[in-house]
Amino acid sequence: MPDAPGLELIRGEIEQDHPGAILDTSFDRGQAALVVDPARILAVLAWLRDAPGQGYRFLSSLHVADYLPAQPRFGVHYELLNRDRVERIRVKAMLEDVAPAGGVGDGGVEDDPARSTPPSPTTGPAVGDLPSIDSCVSLFPTAEFQEREAYDFFGVVFKGHPDLTRILLPEDYVGWPQRRDFPVGGEPVTFTYNERNYG
Amino acid sequence: MAEQRQIPPMPGREAEDMGGIDSTPNATASISDSSQARSELMTINIGPHHPATHGVLRLVVDLDGEVVKDLKPVIGYVHTGIEKSCEDKSYWKVIPFVERMDYVSYFFQMEAYCGAVERLTGLEIPPRARYLRTIFLELCRIHSHLVWLGTTALDLGAVSMLWYCFRERDRILDLFEMATGQRMHTRYFQVGGVIEDIPLGFEAKLREFVADMPVRVGQYQALLDRNEVFLSRTKGTGVVPRERLLELGVTGPLLRAAGEPWDLRKAFDYLAYPEVDFKVPVGTVGDNYDRYRVRVAEMVESTRIVEQALDGLPEGPYIADDRKYVLPPRSELSTSMESLIHHFKLVTEGYRVGPGEVYYAVESPRGELGCFVLSDGSAKPARVHFRDASFVNLQAFRDMSKDGYVADMIASLGMLDPILGGVDR
Amino acid sequence: MRERQLRARDMLRGDLEGEELERHVEEKVVMTSFERLLNWGRANSCFPLTFGLACCAIEAPIALVGSPRYDLARFGAEALRASPRQADLIILSGRVSIKMAPVVRRLYDQMLEPKWAISMGACSSSGGMFANYAVVQGADKFMPIDLHIPGCPPRPEAVMYGFNKLQRKIMGNPDQGWRQRYSATGTEEWARGGPRSEPSPEAAEAYERARGLIRA
Repeated sequence: MPDAPGLELIRGEIEQDHPGAILDTSFDRGQAALVVDPARILAVLAWLRDAPGQGYRFLSSLHVADYLPAQPRFGVHYELLNRDRVERIRVKAMLEDVAPAGGVGDGGVEDDPARSTPPSPTTGPAVGDLPSIDSCVSLFPTAEFQEREAYDFFGVVFKGHPDLTRILLPEDYVGWPQRRDFPVGGEPVTFTYNERNYG
Repeated sequence: MAEQRQIPPMPGREAEDMGGIDSTPNATASISDSSQARSELMTINIGPHHPATHGVLRLVVDLDGEVVKDLKPVIGYVHTGIEKSCEDKSYWKVIPFVERMDYVSYFFQMEAYCGAVERLTGLEIPPRARYLRTIFLELCRIHSHLVWLGTTALDLGAVSMLWYCFRERDRILDLFEMATGQRMHTRYFQVGGVIEDIPLGFEAKLREFVADMPVRVGQYQALLDRNEVFLSRTKGTGVVPRERLLELGVTGPLLRAAGEPWDLRKAFDYLAYPEVDFKVPVGTVGDNYDRYRVRVAEMVESTRIVEQALDGLPEGPYIADDRKYVLPPRSELSTSMESLIHHFKLVTEGYRVGPGEVYYAVESPRGELGCFVLSDGSAKPARVHFRDASFVNLQAFRDMSKDGYVADMIASLGMLDPILGGVDR
Repeated sequence: MRERQLRARDMLRGDLEGEELERHVEEKVVMTSFERLLNWGRANSCFPLTFGLACCAIEAPIALVGSPRYDLARFGAEALRASPRQADLIILSGRVSIKMAPVVRRLYDQMLEPKWAISMGACSSSGGMFANYAVVQGADKFMPIDLHIPGCPPRPEAVMYGFNKLQRKIMGNPDQGWRQRYSATGTEEWARGGPRSEPSPEAAEAYERARGLIRA
C-alpha cells in the first residue's frame, strides 16, 4: 500500500488537478483510503488510473457498504491495484440515502427513468429516489457485474451503466436486501406471544 | 417465471418447453426467433439446468447457425444471501457461512475472511499455523483443480477423466477428514490460526500423497495430451487478449494462460509462501489449451509447495495466544478462572473487533478472492463482502465465446471454471 | 408388518367389512409377483437426473456416481440422465434459492411418473444454515419430497444409505421407523395439532404453571 506520507502526496497531486475532490484520507491498519466527493469520482479514478507514476489500472473490487446509522449512509468502495508496484488503494465515495420526502441525494437527482427504474416498484423510497453515482464502466469494464450487484443489493444507481438490472436476485424482487434496515429473513419476525397479546 | 422474456408463439412447431430449461448444450430445440430486426439470429437458452456440471448458470445465447454472436449469462440461481447472513452472526460463526460460497475451494474463503479479521484485530498468527494454512490451501487448490479437470474433461467428452480425478480427490478428502473431521467445509481456519493441530499419521499419509501426485498428473496428461479430439477442441479456441482480460478484471489461471505472470502468492507475501519455492506457470497464447496446461502445471507446483511446507513445518502453537480472540484450551477451563470467563465471553457474545474496514485478497484457484470486512466495534461484522474470482471472470465469457462455435463455447465454459456458489454467493 | 398380520387375522375372522375388506384384498392379493417384479426393477434401475445445485452436488452426483470409491452404479443408478423427461429420480443436492425454486418445480413437473425426489443435505431439506431471504426453507415447500438426507454435506455413505431406503420405499416395503420397530407407536406428542391434538394432562398442567409464572 502507499504508506501514509505517500497517500498525502497522492492527495496533494489530485488536489492540484481536481481541487475539492478529495474529502478525506485515511490510513488504517496498513491500508490507504481516499474519501472522494461522489460527483467527482470519475475524475479521481481516471487520474489514479492514467496519471504517470500512478497507474492503478486494475479495479479489484467495487462494492457498497451500508454505514447505517452513520450518515452519509452508503459507501461505494473502489479497490484499486497497481500491479507494477504491487500497491492497493481504496477510494470511497459516500452517498446519502435519498429520503422519500424529497431529500436530495449526493450525486444529483436521478434522470432517465428507463435506467434507474427497476422492473417493479420498490418498497420504501419511490423509484426515482435512489442514491446514485456515476458508473465507472467506461474506465474499468470489470465494474459491469459488480455495479449491477451493488444496485441489486443496495439500490444504488450507477448512472451510465449499460444494463442496470438485478443480477443475483429474481428480477421482480422487491426491496434492497443488503441494506442494514432490511431484515435478514426478508420479512420481520413475528412472535406468537406478541401476536396473541397485541394483535 | 418472471425472468423469462416474452416469447412470441412459434408458428406451426410446438416448442418443446417454454423456456427450454432442460436444453442440452448443443440443443436445436429452439424457442423462437426472438426479434425480427436481427432475423438471422436465433436466441437459445442454456440452463439453468444443463448437463455441463458447472452449477446453475443460465446462458442466453444469440446464435447465427452454430456461431455464437452474443452471450448473456444470467446468474443468481444459487444466491444464498451469505453476505447478509454474515452480518447477523458473531465473527467466528461467519466462518462456516463464508466457506460455503465457492464450494470447491472452501479453504480459500476461510483464509480470505480470517486474514481480513486478523488484520482488523492486529492478531499475529504463529508460524506453525501459517505453514499449516499453506499446506491446506494448496491441498485445496489441488482439490479444486482436480474437480475442474474431471468435470471439464467430462464436458468435452473425455469421460474417464472424471473417475481418475476423483480417485485423487477422494484421497485429498481423506486427508482433510483426518485432520479436521469433515470432508468438505471443514471450518478449519479460525481467526488466529487453525482450530486444531494435525494428528499423528497425517504427515505420513500426506507424504504418500505428495509422492504419488506427480505420477498421477502424468497419467492425466497421458490421457488428454495426445487426444486428438481434446486438442482440436481446445487449441485456438476461446482466445481473449491479455489487455482485455486485465480490463475485465480477470485474474488467476485465465490471466496467466494469456501470458501475464500475475499471482497474488508471489506479489503479496502472505502465509508461508515467501518461504517456499515454487514456479508460477504462465501460458503464451491464451487459448483453452493454455488454460488447461496452466492448471495442470499448477497442480504439480502445489504438490511441491505442500512438500516443502511439510518439510519446513515449525513446531509451536497452532493458534494465537490472545485469549480475547481465541478460545483457551479446554484443559485450562477447570483450573483457571480467567480462562473460564474468556471462554464464556467468546462463546456467547464473541469477540469485539474495533471499528475499521479491511480488504484482504488471496489467490484462489480461480483468481483473486478478496474479502472486505467492515466492523463497527460490535461482536458482529457490519459488512462482509467477497470479491469472488468467478463472478468477475464470468464477464470474460462473452469475449471468449464471441464468434466461435457453440461447441467452443462449451470448452471455454469448462476452462473458465466458474463455480456458481462463488458467483452467486 | 404387524398391522398387516392383524388385519389378515380380522379378515379370516370375518371382522373386516366393506371398504376395509376391499382395501385389504387389494393390498394383499393384487400386489402380485408381477407388481413386485416391477417395483424391484424400478428400484434397482433408477435413472437419476444430473442435477446439482451447490456444495452437495460435489458430494452427490459427482463424488457418488462419478467416483470410483463410492459408486452408486452398483445399485443400478449409473445411468444419469440429463433430460428430466428420461429421469426417474431427482436428487436436490444443494440450497434451493428463491430464483431457482420455480425452475426446480418445473423440472420435477417435466419428469414422468413414477418419479421420486430426494432432498439431500440440510439446505434442501430445511433451508440448512441459511435462514434468510434468499433460500427456500426446505424444498418441501414447493414440491413433494420422498426422502430427506441430513448432513452438510452428507457423506457419500449417508447418501447411499438414503438411496437404499428409497429403494425399499419404491419396492413397497417402506422402512419401519424406530417407533414401529420398538412398538412405541402412540407415544408422539404433537406441539400444535397433529393426530393427537390434545396434549397430555401433565403437559397441559405444566404449561399452565409456566404461563402463570410469566403472568405473575
